[in-house]
Amino acid sequence: MGVFDPLLELLRGLGTTFKMALDKPVTYQYPEEKRPVRPRFRGRHVLKRYENGLEKCIGCSLCAAACPADAIFVEASENTDEKRFSPGERYASTYEINMLRCIYCGFCEDACPTEAIVLGDNYELSFYDRRSAIYTKEMLLEPVPSVEMTTPRKVEPGVFTRSVPEMKDPQD
Amino acid sequence: MTQIEEVNYEQYRHLVSERAFTGETMLLNMGPQHPSTHGVLRLLLELDGEVIVNAVPDIGFLHTGVEKNMEAKTYLKAEVMSDRLDYMNNLGNNLAYCMAVEKLVELDVPPRAQALRVILVELQRIASHLVWIGTFGLDLAAMSVFLYAFREREQILDIFELCSGQRMMTTFIRPGGLWRDVPVEFETAVRNFLKIFPKRVDEYEALLTKNPLFLDRLLGIGKLDAATALQHGVTGPMLRASGVKWDLRKARPYMGYEQYDFDIPVRTEGDTYARYLVRVQEFRESMKIIEQALNKLPMGPVRSDNRKFVPPPRSEIGVSMEALIHHFKLWTEGFSAPKGSVYSAVESPRGELGVYLEGDGGPKPHRVHWRTPSFSNLSVVPKLVKGHLVADLVAILASTDIVLGDIDR
Repeated sequence: MGVFDPLLELLRGLGTTFKMALDKPVTYQYPEEKRPVRPRFRGRHVLKRYENGLEKCIGCSLCAAACPADAIFVEASENTDEKRFSPGERYASTYEINMLRCIYCGFCEDACPTEAIVLGDNYELSFYDRRSAIYTKEMLLEPVPSVEMTTPRKVEPGVFTRSVPEMKDPQD
Repeated sequence: MTQIEEVNYEQYRHLVSERAFTGETMLLNMGPQHPSTHGVLRLLLELDGEVIVNAVPDIGFLHTGVEKNMEAKTYLKAEVMSDRLDYMNNLGNNLAYCMAVEKLVELDVPPRAQALRVILVELQRIASHLVWIGTFGLDLAAMSVFLYAFREREQILDIFELCSGQRMMTTFIRPGGLWRDVPVEFETAVRNFLKIFPKRVDEYEALLTKNPLFLDRLLGIGKLDAATALQHGVTGPMLRASGVKWDLRKARPYMGYEQYDFDIPVRTEGDTYARYLVRVQEFRESMKIIEQALNKLPMGPVRSDNRKFVPPPRSEIGVSMEALIHHFKLWTEGFSAPKGSVYSAVESPRGELGVYLEGDGGPKPHRVHWRTPSFSNLSVVPKLVKGHLVADLVAILASTDIVLGDIDR
Protein backbone atom coordinates (compact mmCIF):
# COMPACT_ATOMS: atom_id res chain seq x y z
CA MET A 1 0.00 0.00 0.00
CA GLY A 2 1.40 3.38 -1.04
CA VAL A 3 1.68 6.39 1.19
CA PHE A 4 -1.32 8.10 -0.37
CA ASP A 5 -3.55 5.03 -0.51
CA PRO A 6 -5.23 5.62 2.86
CA LEU A 7 -5.96 9.17 1.78
CA LEU A 8 -7.42 7.95 -1.50
CA GLU A 9 -9.63 5.49 0.36
CA LEU A 10 -10.89 8.26 2.61
CA LEU A 11 -11.71 10.36 -0.44
CA ARG A 12 -13.47 7.41 -2.07
CA GLY A 13 -15.67 7.08 0.99
CA LEU A 14 -16.31 10.80 1.03
CA GLY A 15 -17.27 10.62 -2.65
CA THR A 16 -19.95 8.07 -1.77
CA THR A 17 -21.35 10.39 0.86
CA PHE A 18 -21.39 13.26 -1.61
CA LYS A 19 -23.19 11.16 -4.21
CA MET A 20 -25.84 10.26 -1.62
CA ALA A 21 -26.34 13.91 -0.73
CA LEU A 22 -27.65 14.45 -4.25
CA ASP A 23 -30.01 11.45 -4.08
CA LYS A 24 -33.73 11.86 -3.68
CA PRO A 25 -34.71 11.53 -0.01
CA VAL A 26 -36.60 8.35 0.88
CA THR A 27 -38.04 9.62 4.13
CA TYR A 28 -41.62 10.72 4.77
CA GLN A 29 -42.37 13.95 6.59
CA TYR A 30 -44.75 12.29 9.03
CA PRO A 31 -47.37 13.42 10.20
CA GLU A 32 -47.86 15.89 7.34
CA GLU A 33 -47.16 13.18 4.81
CA LYS A 34 -48.22 9.61 5.53
CA ARG A 35 -46.67 6.46 4.23
CA PRO A 36 -49.23 4.43 2.30
CA VAL A 37 -49.77 0.95 3.73
CA ARG A 38 -49.93 -2.32 1.84
CA PRO A 39 -53.29 -4.06 1.23
CA ARG A 40 -52.50 -6.78 3.76
CA PHE A 41 -51.54 -4.26 6.45
CA ARG A 42 -52.64 -5.25 9.92
CA GLY A 43 -53.79 -2.14 11.73
CA ARG A 44 -56.76 -1.29 13.92
CA HIS A 45 -59.65 -3.74 13.78
CA VAL A 46 -62.95 -3.00 12.07
CA LEU A 47 -66.16 -4.93 12.57
CA LYS A 48 -67.77 -5.34 9.17
CA ARG A 49 -71.40 -5.29 8.05
CA TYR A 50 -73.20 -7.03 5.20
CA GLU A 51 -74.48 -4.95 2.30
CA ASN A 52 -77.94 -5.04 3.88
CA GLY A 53 -76.55 -3.41 7.02
CA LEU A 54 -76.66 -6.45 9.29
CA GLU A 55 -73.58 -7.06 11.38
CA LYS A 56 -71.35 -9.89 10.26
CA CYS A 57 -70.33 -10.74 13.81
CA ILE A 58 -72.37 -13.61 15.22
CA GLY A 59 -70.82 -13.53 18.69
CA CYS A 60 -69.14 -16.93 18.45
CA SER A 61 -66.07 -15.76 20.43
CA LEU A 62 -63.70 -17.62 18.15
CA CYS A 63 -61.59 -14.48 17.84
CA ALA A 64 -61.31 -14.31 21.62
CA ALA A 65 -60.30 -17.96 21.71
CA ALA A 66 -57.72 -17.52 18.97
CA CYS A 67 -56.20 -14.36 20.42
CA PRO A 68 -52.73 -15.18 21.77
CA ALA A 69 -52.72 -12.00 23.86
CA ASP A 70 -56.23 -12.44 25.34
CA ALA A 71 -57.11 -8.95 24.18
CA ILE A 72 -60.67 -9.64 23.02
CA PHE A 73 -63.81 -9.98 25.11
CA VAL A 74 -67.07 -11.05 23.49
CA GLU A 75 -70.48 -11.56 25.05
CA ALA A 76 -73.27 -12.95 22.91
CA SER A 77 -77.05 -12.48 23.10
CA GLU A 78 -80.00 -13.93 21.23
CA ASN A 79 -81.28 -12.38 18.01
CA THR A 80 -85.02 -12.20 17.30
CA ASP A 81 -86.75 -11.20 14.09
CA GLU A 82 -88.20 -8.20 15.95
CA LYS A 83 -84.74 -6.99 16.99
CA ARG A 84 -82.20 -8.41 14.57
CA PHE A 85 -78.52 -7.42 14.71
CA SER A 86 -76.96 -10.18 12.65
CA PRO A 87 -78.04 -13.21 10.67
CA GLY A 88 -78.44 -16.41 12.65
CA GLU A 89 -79.25 -17.05 16.25
CA ARG A 90 -76.88 -14.79 18.10
CA TYR A 91 -75.05 -11.50 17.94
CA ALA A 92 -72.31 -9.87 19.98
CA SER A 93 -73.92 -7.68 22.64
CA THR A 94 -70.50 -6.74 24.01
CA TYR A 95 -67.37 -6.64 21.92
CA GLU A 96 -64.26 -5.15 23.41
CA ILE A 97 -60.65 -5.14 22.27
CA ASN A 98 -57.91 -3.92 24.53
CA MET A 99 -55.59 -2.16 22.13
CA LEU A 100 -52.76 -2.18 24.66
CA ARG A 101 -52.80 -5.95 24.81
CA CYS A 102 -53.35 -6.49 21.11
CA ILE A 103 -50.23 -7.55 19.19
CA TYR A 104 -51.79 -7.20 15.70
CA CYS A 105 -50.98 -10.77 14.74
CA GLY A 106 -54.23 -11.09 12.77
CA PHE A 107 -55.22 -14.41 14.32
CA CYS A 108 -58.70 -13.03 15.05
CA GLU A 109 -59.13 -12.25 11.37
CA ASP A 110 -57.96 -15.76 10.45
CA ALA A 111 -60.23 -17.38 13.01
CA CYS A 112 -63.40 -15.41 12.27
CA PRO A 113 -65.83 -17.74 10.46
CA THR A 114 -67.88 -14.88 8.98
CA GLU A 115 -65.18 -12.35 7.98
CA ALA A 116 -66.63 -9.98 10.57
CA ILE A 117 -63.41 -8.77 12.11
CA VAL A 118 -60.84 -7.35 9.73
CA LEU A 119 -57.59 -5.63 10.57
CA GLY A 120 -57.77 -2.24 8.89
CA ASP A 121 -55.31 0.41 7.79
CA ASN A 122 -55.34 2.69 10.81
CA TYR A 123 -52.06 2.57 12.70
CA GLU A 124 -52.42 5.80 14.65
CA LEU A 125 -53.44 4.50 18.02
CA SER A 126 -52.50 6.51 21.03
CA PHE A 127 -54.31 7.10 24.27
CA TYR A 128 -54.11 9.35 27.27
CA ASP A 129 -55.07 6.60 29.69
CA ARG A 130 -55.43 2.86 29.80
CA ARG A 131 -59.22 2.88 29.93
CA SER A 132 -59.54 4.63 26.59
CA ALA A 133 -57.40 1.89 25.02
CA ILE A 134 -60.36 -0.47 25.35
CA TYR A 135 -62.31 -0.16 22.12
CA THR A 136 -65.97 -1.02 22.42
CA LYS A 137 -68.28 -2.39 19.78
CA GLU A 138 -69.57 1.08 18.84
CA MET A 139 -66.04 2.25 18.13
CA LEU A 140 -65.10 -0.81 16.11
CA LEU A 141 -68.28 -1.26 14.08
CA GLU A 142 -68.46 0.09 10.54
CA PRO A 143 -71.03 2.87 9.97
CA VAL A 144 -74.30 1.71 8.39
CA PRO A 145 -74.61 2.23 4.60
CA SER A 146 -77.91 4.12 5.03
CA VAL A 147 -80.26 5.16 7.83
CA GLU A 148 -82.95 2.50 7.32
CA MET A 149 -80.28 -0.19 7.64
CA THR A 150 -79.41 0.46 11.29
CA THR A 151 -79.25 -2.47 13.67
CA PRO A 152 -81.22 -3.70 15.52
CA ARG A 153 -84.13 -3.66 13.13
CA LYS A 154 -87.32 -5.59 12.43
CA VAL A 155 -86.96 -8.13 9.62
CA GLU A 156 -89.17 -10.64 7.87
CA PRO A 157 -89.25 -13.88 9.88
CA GLY A 158 -87.34 -16.90 8.57
CA VAL A 159 -85.05 -15.08 6.12
CA PHE A 160 -81.83 -14.57 8.08
CA THR A 161 -81.27 -18.01 9.54
CA ARG A 162 -77.81 -18.79 8.33
CA SER A 163 -74.92 -17.58 10.51
CA VAL A 164 -71.90 -18.63 8.49
CA PRO A 165 -71.99 -17.34 4.90
CA GLU A 166 -70.24 -18.72 1.85
CA MET A 167 -66.92 -16.94 1.44
CA LYS A 168 -64.11 -16.61 -1.06
CA ASP A 169 -60.42 -17.04 -0.37
CA PRO A 170 -58.64 -13.71 0.14
CA GLN A 171 -57.49 -12.41 -3.23
CA ASP A 172 -54.84 -9.73 -2.73
CA MET B 1 -44.09 -13.99 53.45
CA THR B 2 -40.82 -14.54 51.71
CA GLN B 3 -37.70 -13.39 53.42
CA ILE B 4 -35.54 -11.10 51.36
CA GLU B 5 -32.00 -12.26 51.81
CA GLU B 6 -29.25 -9.77 52.02
CA VAL B 7 -26.88 -10.01 49.10
CA ASN B 8 -23.69 -11.74 50.03
CA TYR B 9 -21.04 -9.90 48.08
CA GLU B 10 -18.40 -12.46 49.05
CA GLN B 11 -19.72 -14.90 46.47
CA TYR B 12 -19.08 -12.42 43.68
CA ARG B 13 -15.48 -11.66 44.70
CA HIS B 14 -13.99 -14.09 42.21
CA LEU B 15 -15.47 -12.21 39.26
CA VAL B 16 -12.88 -9.46 39.57
CA SER B 17 -9.23 -9.65 40.54
CA GLU B 18 -7.90 -9.00 44.04
CA ARG B 19 -6.43 -5.74 42.86
CA ALA B 20 -9.94 -4.29 42.62
CA PHE B 21 -10.29 -4.49 46.41
CA THR B 22 -7.10 -2.61 47.12
CA GLY B 23 -8.15 0.18 44.84
CA GLU B 24 -5.40 -0.53 42.37
CA THR B 25 -7.89 -1.13 39.55
CA MET B 26 -11.21 0.58 39.01
CA LEU B 27 -14.62 -1.00 38.66
CA LEU B 28 -16.83 0.62 36.06
CA ASN B 29 -20.37 -0.11 35.03
CA MET B 30 -21.10 -0.06 31.32
CA GLY B 31 -24.77 -0.27 30.60
CA PRO B 32 -27.53 -1.32 30.82
CA GLN B 33 -28.37 2.12 29.43
CA HIS B 34 -25.54 2.43 26.99
CA PRO B 35 -26.03 2.66 23.23
CA SER B 36 -22.99 0.53 22.44
CA THR B 37 -24.24 -2.46 24.37
CA HIS B 38 -26.94 -2.98 21.72
CA GLY B 39 -29.85 -3.22 24.06
CA VAL B 40 -29.84 -3.70 27.77
CA LEU B 41 -26.61 -5.48 28.54
CA ARG B 42 -24.71 -4.48 31.63
CA LEU B 43 -20.99 -5.03 31.68
CA LEU B 44 -19.00 -4.74 34.87
CA LEU B 45 -15.53 -3.69 33.80
CA GLU B 46 -12.41 -3.85 35.87
CA LEU B 47 -10.03 -1.29 34.48
CA ASP B 48 -6.34 -0.74 34.93
CA GLY B 49 -6.09 2.74 33.52
CA GLU B 50 -7.91 2.31 30.23
CA VAL B 51 -7.02 -1.34 29.83
CA ILE B 52 -9.66 -3.93 30.62
CA VAL B 53 -8.59 -6.49 33.20
CA ASN B 54 -11.94 -8.23 33.55
CA ALA B 55 -15.34 -7.89 32.00
CA VAL B 56 -18.39 -9.48 33.56
CA PRO B 57 -21.56 -9.47 31.49
CA ASP B 58 -24.78 -9.16 33.44
CA ILE B 59 -27.80 -10.26 31.46
CA GLY B 60 -31.49 -10.62 32.13
CA PHE B 61 -32.70 -7.03 31.83
CA LEU B 62 -34.85 -7.95 28.86
CA HIS B 63 -36.15 -11.22 30.24
CA THR B 64 -39.76 -11.55 29.12
CA GLY B 65 -40.44 -15.18 29.90
CA VAL B 66 -40.97 -16.19 26.30
CA GLU B 67 -40.26 -19.86 26.89
CA LYS B 68 -42.62 -20.16 29.85
CA ASN B 69 -45.27 -18.16 28.04
CA MET B 70 -45.15 -20.53 25.10
CA GLU B 71 -46.01 -23.43 27.40
CA ALA B 72 -49.29 -21.73 28.23
CA LYS B 73 -50.39 -21.42 24.59
CA THR B 74 -51.39 -23.93 21.95
CA TYR B 75 -48.86 -24.82 19.27
CA LEU B 76 -50.48 -22.43 16.79
CA LYS B 77 -50.75 -19.49 19.17
CA ALA B 78 -47.31 -19.91 20.73
CA GLU B 79 -45.77 -18.94 17.42
CA VAL B 80 -46.38 -15.23 17.97
CA MET B 81 -43.93 -15.38 20.86
CA SER B 82 -41.16 -16.53 18.55
CA ASP B 83 -41.32 -13.27 16.59
CA ARG B 84 -40.47 -11.40 19.70
CA LEU B 85 -37.29 -13.15 20.81
CA ASP B 86 -34.72 -12.04 18.33
CA TYR B 87 -36.41 -9.01 16.88
CA MET B 88 -33.89 -8.77 14.03
CA ASN B 89 -34.66 -12.23 12.76
CA ASN B 90 -38.42 -12.64 13.09
CA LEU B 91 -38.96 -14.92 10.13
CA GLY B 92 -35.95 -17.02 11.04
CA ASN B 93 -37.42 -17.59 14.49
CA ASN B 94 -40.77 -18.46 12.94
CA LEU B 95 -39.01 -20.96 10.72
CA ALA B 96 -37.10 -22.57 13.59
CA TYR B 97 -40.28 -22.94 15.63
CA CYS B 98 -42.40 -24.18 12.74
CA MET B 99 -39.76 -26.72 11.74
CA ALA B 100 -39.77 -28.06 15.29
CA VAL B 101 -43.57 -28.32 15.31
CA GLU B 102 -43.57 -29.95 11.89
CA LYS B 103 -40.98 -32.45 13.08
CA LEU B 104 -42.99 -33.24 16.20
CA VAL B 105 -46.30 -33.85 14.42
CA GLU B 106 -44.71 -35.11 11.18
CA LEU B 107 -46.21 -32.51 8.91
CA ASP B 108 -45.06 -32.04 5.32
CA VAL B 109 -44.40 -28.65 3.78
CA PRO B 110 -45.23 -28.13 0.08
CA PRO B 111 -42.22 -27.27 -2.17
CA ARG B 112 -43.48 -23.79 -2.98
CA ALA B 113 -43.73 -22.94 0.69
CA GLN B 114 -40.21 -24.26 1.23
CA ALA B 115 -38.77 -22.10 -1.54
CA LEU B 116 -40.65 -19.02 -0.32
CA ARG B 117 -39.45 -19.67 3.21
CA VAL B 118 -35.88 -19.72 1.94
CA ILE B 119 -36.36 -16.43 0.08
CA LEU B 120 -37.94 -14.74 3.08
CA VAL B 121 -35.40 -16.02 5.57
CA GLU B 122 -32.51 -14.94 3.36
CA LEU B 123 -34.10 -11.49 3.00
CA GLN B 124 -34.34 -11.43 6.76
CA ARG B 125 -30.67 -12.36 7.01
CA ILE B 126 -29.80 -9.39 4.78
CA ALA B 127 -32.03 -7.12 6.87
CA SER B 128 -30.40 -8.31 10.07
CA HIS B 129 -26.91 -7.85 8.68
CA LEU B 130 -27.94 -4.38 7.51
CA VAL B 131 -28.82 -3.40 11.05
CA TRP B 132 -25.55 -4.92 12.14
CA ILE B 133 -23.44 -3.04 9.57
CA GLY B 134 -25.27 0.17 10.45
CA THR B 135 -24.74 -0.11 14.18
CA PHE B 136 -21.23 -1.44 13.70
CA GLY B 137 -20.36 1.69 11.74
CA LEU B 138 -22.16 3.84 14.27
CA ASP B 139 -20.21 2.36 17.18
CA LEU B 140 -17.01 3.14 15.33
CA ALA B 141 -18.16 6.69 14.60
CA ALA B 142 -19.19 6.14 10.97
CA MET B 143 -22.63 7.73 10.98
CA SER B 144 -23.60 7.72 7.31
CA VAL B 145 -23.45 3.97 6.72
CA PHE B 146 -26.11 3.59 9.41
CA LEU B 147 -28.50 5.80 7.46
CA TYR B 148 -27.82 4.02 4.18
CA ALA B 149 -28.19 0.57 5.70
CA PHE B 150 -31.53 1.45 7.25
CA ARG B 151 -32.76 2.78 3.92
CA GLU B 152 -32.17 -0.62 2.30
CA ARG B 153 -33.56 -2.45 5.30
CA GLU B 154 -36.77 -0.50 4.88
CA GLN B 155 -37.09 -1.94 1.37
CA ILE B 156 -36.90 -5.46 2.79
CA LEU B 157 -39.36 -4.66 5.56
CA ASP B 158 -41.69 -3.29 2.91
CA ILE B 159 -41.53 -6.66 1.15
CA PHE B 160 -42.48 -8.27 4.45
CA GLU B 161 -45.38 -5.87 4.83
CA LEU B 162 -46.46 -6.77 1.31
CA CYS B 163 -46.58 -10.47 2.23
CA SER B 164 -47.74 -10.49 5.79
CA GLY B 165 -49.10 -7.05 6.62
CA GLN B 166 -46.47 -6.35 9.24
CA ARG B 167 -42.97 -5.05 8.86
CA MET B 168 -41.41 -6.88 11.75
CA MET B 169 -43.73 -9.16 13.72
CA THR B 170 -44.78 -11.04 10.63
CA THR B 171 -45.80 -14.50 11.89
CA PHE B 172 -45.86 -15.32 8.19
CA ILE B 173 -44.35 -18.80 8.36
CA ARG B 174 -46.90 -21.11 9.97
CA PRO B 175 -46.73 -24.79 10.90
CA GLY B 176 -47.38 -26.65 7.64
CA GLY B 177 -46.41 -23.87 5.26
CA LEU B 178 -47.11 -20.17 5.09
CA TRP B 179 -49.93 -17.93 6.21
CA ARG B 180 -50.97 -17.18 2.62
CA ASP B 181 -49.38 -17.24 -0.79
CA VAL B 182 -47.29 -14.17 -1.56
CA PRO B 183 -49.05 -11.44 -3.57
CA VAL B 184 -48.27 -10.95 -7.28
CA GLU B 185 -46.12 -7.88 -6.63
CA PHE B 186 -43.77 -9.96 -4.51
CA GLU B 187 -41.54 -11.15 -7.33
CA THR B 188 -41.02 -7.69 -8.83
CA ALA B 189 -40.35 -6.23 -5.39
CA VAL B 190 -37.68 -8.84 -4.64
CA ARG B 191 -36.15 -8.53 -8.11
CA ASN B 192 -35.99 -4.74 -7.75
CA PHE B 193 -34.23 -5.17 -4.47
CA LEU B 194 -31.76 -7.66 -5.97
CA LYS B 195 -31.03 -5.19 -8.76
CA ILE B 196 -30.28 -2.29 -6.43
CA PHE B 197 -28.65 -4.06 -3.55
CA PRO B 198 -25.27 -5.21 -5.04
CA LYS B 199 -24.46 -1.57 -5.79
CA ARG B 200 -25.40 -0.64 -2.26
CA VAL B 201 -23.09 -3.25 -0.78
CA ASP B 202 -20.30 -1.80 -2.93
CA GLU B 203 -21.10 1.59 -1.43
CA TYR B 204 -20.87 0.30 2.12
CA GLU B 205 -17.58 -1.28 1.21
CA ALA B 206 -16.33 1.95 -0.32
CA LEU B 207 -17.14 3.66 2.95
CA LEU B 208 -15.73 1.08 5.30
CA THR B 209 -13.66 -1.82 4.00
CA LYS B 210 -10.42 0.02 3.25
CA ASN B 211 -11.05 3.13 5.30
CA PRO B 212 -7.79 3.63 7.26
CA LEU B 213 -9.59 4.95 10.34
CA PHE B 214 -11.86 1.90 10.31
CA LEU B 215 -8.96 -0.50 9.84
CA ASP B 216 -7.05 1.06 12.72
CA ARG B 217 -9.93 0.29 15.02
CA LEU B 218 -10.40 -3.30 13.87
CA LEU B 219 -7.26 -5.07 12.72
CA GLY B 220 -5.99 -7.52 15.33
CA ILE B 221 -8.66 -6.54 17.86
CA GLY B 222 -10.53 -9.27 19.73
CA LYS B 223 -8.79 -12.29 18.25
CA LEU B 224 -10.79 -15.48 18.69
CA ASP B 225 -9.17 -18.79 17.87
CA ALA B 226 -11.18 -21.73 16.61
CA ALA B 227 -10.62 -23.88 19.68
CA THR B 228 -11.96 -21.26 22.11
CA ALA B 229 -14.85 -20.53 19.79
CA LEU B 230 -15.89 -24.18 19.71
CA GLN B 231 -15.44 -24.47 23.47
CA HIS B 232 -17.94 -21.69 24.03
CA GLY B 233 -20.39 -22.95 21.43
CA VAL B 234 -19.89 -19.90 19.26
CA THR B 235 -21.68 -20.25 15.94
CA GLY B 236 -22.52 -18.22 12.88
CA PRO B 237 -20.35 -15.59 11.21
CA MET B 238 -18.28 -15.27 14.36
CA LEU B 239 -17.21 -18.90 14.15
CA ARG B 240 -16.65 -18.70 10.41
CA ALA B 241 -14.40 -15.67 10.91
CA SER B 242 -12.24 -17.89 13.13
CA GLY B 243 -11.62 -20.38 10.37
CA VAL B 244 -14.26 -23.04 11.07
CA LYS B 245 -16.39 -23.76 8.03
CA TRP B 246 -19.64 -24.55 9.76
CA ASP B 247 -22.99 -23.45 8.47
CA LEU B 248 -26.17 -25.40 9.12
CA ARG B 249 -27.45 -24.52 5.66
CA LYS B 250 -24.61 -26.65 4.23
CA ALA B 251 -23.91 -29.03 7.11
CA ARG B 252 -27.52 -30.04 7.83
CA PRO B 253 -29.56 -28.68 4.94
CA TYR B 254 -33.20 -27.87 5.64
CA MET B 255 -35.97 -26.36 3.50
CA GLY B 256 -34.17 -27.50 0.36
CA TYR B 257 -31.01 -25.46 0.86
CA GLU B 258 -29.07 -28.28 -0.78
CA GLN B 259 -30.49 -27.30 -4.21
CA TYR B 260 -28.97 -23.84 -4.11
CA ASP B 261 -25.44 -23.07 -5.09
CA PHE B 262 -23.73 -20.76 -2.63
CA ASP B 263 -20.49 -20.45 -0.74
CA ILE B 264 -19.84 -20.05 2.94
CA PRO B 265 -17.46 -17.16 3.49
CA VAL B 266 -14.69 -18.17 5.86
CA ARG B 267 -11.78 -16.13 7.21
CA THR B 268 -8.98 -17.41 9.36
CA GLU B 269 -7.85 -14.24 11.14
CA GLY B 270 -10.55 -14.39 13.81
CA ASP B 271 -10.36 -10.69 14.60
CA THR B 272 -13.04 -8.04 14.45
CA TYR B 273 -12.18 -7.16 10.88
CA ALA B 274 -12.55 -10.78 9.76
CA ARG B 275 -16.05 -10.86 11.24
CA TYR B 276 -16.87 -7.73 9.30
CA LEU B 277 -15.62 -9.26 6.05
CA VAL B 278 -17.52 -12.50 6.58
CA ARG B 279 -20.80 -10.69 7.13
CA VAL B 280 -20.34 -8.40 4.15
CA GLN B 281 -19.66 -11.44 1.99
CA GLU B 282 -22.82 -13.06 3.37
CA PHE B 283 -24.83 -10.21 1.84
CA ARG B 284 -23.69 -11.39 -1.58
CA GLU B 285 -24.20 -15.07 -0.86
CA SER B 286 -27.73 -14.48 0.42
CA MET B 287 -28.52 -12.57 -2.75
CA LYS B 288 -27.32 -15.55 -4.77
CA ILE B 289 -29.66 -17.87 -2.86
CA ILE B 290 -32.64 -15.55 -3.25
CA GLU B 291 -32.07 -15.20 -6.98
CA GLN B 292 -31.82 -18.96 -7.51
CA ALA B 293 -34.85 -19.67 -5.36
CA LEU B 294 -36.85 -17.03 -7.18
CA ASN B 295 -35.85 -18.37 -10.60
CA LYS B 296 -37.02 -21.88 -9.88
CA LEU B 297 -39.92 -21.03 -7.60
CA PRO B 298 -42.39 -23.89 -8.07
CA MET B 299 -46.13 -23.29 -8.34
CA GLY B 300 -48.61 -25.04 -6.10
CA PRO B 301 -50.11 -24.79 -2.66
CA VAL B 302 -48.28 -23.01 0.15
CA ARG B 303 -49.94 -24.87 3.01
CA SER B 304 -50.18 -28.49 3.86
CA ASP B 305 -53.71 -29.83 3.31
CA ASN B 306 -53.61 -31.93 6.45
CA ARG B 307 -56.74 -30.55 8.10
CA LYS B 308 -55.86 -32.01 11.47
CA PHE B 309 -53.05 -29.46 11.82
CA VAL B 310 -53.63 -26.68 9.31
CA PRO B 311 -56.87 -24.63 9.34
CA PRO B 312 -58.94 -25.03 6.16
CA PRO B 313 -59.09 -22.26 3.53
CA ARG B 314 -61.81 -19.66 3.89
CA SER B 315 -63.71 -20.86 0.82
CA GLU B 316 -64.39 -24.22 2.48
CA ILE B 317 -65.69 -22.91 5.80
CA GLY B 318 -69.04 -21.73 4.45
CA VAL B 319 -69.80 -24.86 2.45
CA SER B 320 -68.34 -27.82 4.33
CA MET B 321 -69.47 -28.78 7.79
CA GLU B 322 -66.31 -30.81 8.29
CA ALA B 323 -64.14 -27.80 7.43
CA LEU B 324 -66.06 -25.64 9.88
CA ILE B 325 -65.54 -28.20 12.63
CA HIS B 326 -61.81 -28.39 11.88
CA HIS B 327 -61.63 -24.60 11.81
CA PHE B 328 -63.31 -24.23 15.21
CA LYS B 329 -61.35 -27.06 16.73
CA LEU B 330 -57.97 -25.76 15.56
CA TRP B 331 -58.56 -22.19 16.67
CA THR B 332 -59.93 -23.09 20.10
CA GLU B 333 -58.40 -26.29 21.40
CA GLY B 334 -55.61 -26.56 18.84
CA PHE B 335 -54.07 -29.78 17.61
CA SER B 336 -52.53 -32.33 19.92
CA ALA B 337 -48.94 -33.31 19.39
CA PRO B 338 -47.63 -36.73 20.37
CA LYS B 339 -45.52 -37.36 23.43
CA GLY B 340 -41.88 -36.89 22.64
CA SER B 341 -39.22 -34.31 22.12
CA VAL B 342 -37.59 -32.83 19.04
CA TYR B 343 -34.76 -30.42 18.36
CA SER B 344 -34.53 -28.51 15.13
CA ALA B 345 -32.08 -25.80 14.27
CA VAL B 346 -31.69 -23.19 11.58
CA GLU B 347 -28.81 -20.93 10.67
CA SER B 348 -29.92 -17.53 11.89
CA PRO B 349 -27.91 -14.40 10.98
CA ARG B 350 -26.15 -14.81 14.29
CA GLY B 351 -25.56 -18.55 14.31
CA GLU B 352 -27.33 -21.74 15.23
CA LEU B 353 -30.83 -21.01 16.39
CA GLY B 354 -32.38 -24.14 17.78
CA VAL B 355 -35.74 -25.01 19.26
CA TYR B 356 -36.17 -27.89 21.64
CA LEU B 357 -39.81 -28.81 21.84
CA GLU B 358 -41.33 -31.36 24.13
CA GLY B 359 -44.86 -32.55 23.58
CA ASP B 360 -46.91 -34.29 26.24
CA GLY B 361 -49.75 -35.53 24.08
CA GLY B 362 -51.84 -32.42 24.66
CA PRO B 363 -52.42 -29.30 22.59
CA LYS B 364 -49.82 -27.24 24.41
CA PRO B 365 -46.06 -27.82 24.47
CA HIS B 366 -44.76 -29.20 27.73
CA ARG B 367 -41.45 -27.42 27.33
CA VAL B 368 -40.02 -25.06 24.74
CA HIS B 369 -36.38 -24.21 24.92
CA TRP B 370 -34.55 -21.87 22.59
CA ARG B 371 -30.90 -22.39 21.91
CA THR B 372 -30.03 -18.87 20.91
CA PRO B 373 -26.81 -17.94 19.16
CA SER B 374 -26.34 -14.55 20.83
CA PHE B 375 -26.17 -16.16 24.25
CA SER B 376 -23.26 -18.43 23.35
CA ASN B 377 -21.57 -15.72 21.33
CA LEU B 378 -21.71 -13.30 24.25
CA SER B 379 -20.16 -15.87 26.59
CA VAL B 380 -16.87 -15.58 24.75
CA VAL B 381 -16.72 -11.77 24.87
CA PRO B 382 -15.10 -11.52 28.36
CA LYS B 383 -12.21 -13.60 27.04
CA LEU B 384 -11.85 -11.47 23.93
CA VAL B 385 -11.75 -8.09 25.62
CA LYS B 386 -9.05 -8.83 28.18
CA GLY B 387 -6.08 -6.54 27.65
CA HIS B 388 -7.88 -4.29 25.19
CA LEU B 389 -8.97 -0.70 25.61
CA VAL B 390 -12.53 0.29 26.47
CA ALA B 391 -12.97 1.66 22.95
CA ASP B 392 -11.99 -1.77 21.57
CA LEU B 393 -14.62 -3.40 23.74
CA VAL B 394 -17.21 -1.41 21.82
CA ALA B 395 -15.81 -2.69 18.52
CA ILE B 396 -15.68 -6.29 19.76
CA LEU B 397 -19.20 -6.18 21.15
CA ALA B 398 -20.49 -4.69 17.91
CA SER B 399 -18.73 -7.36 15.86
CA THR B 400 -20.35 -10.20 17.84
CA ASP B 401 -23.74 -8.87 16.74
CA ILE B 402 -25.68 -9.65 19.88
CA VAL B 403 -29.41 -9.08 20.21
CA LEU B 404 -30.50 -8.86 23.80
CA GLY B 405 -33.99 -10.13 23.06
CA ASP B 406 -32.27 -13.26 21.86
CA ILE B 407 -30.08 -13.61 24.93
CA ASP B 408 -32.62 -12.95 27.67
CA ARG B 409 -35.72 -14.42 26.01
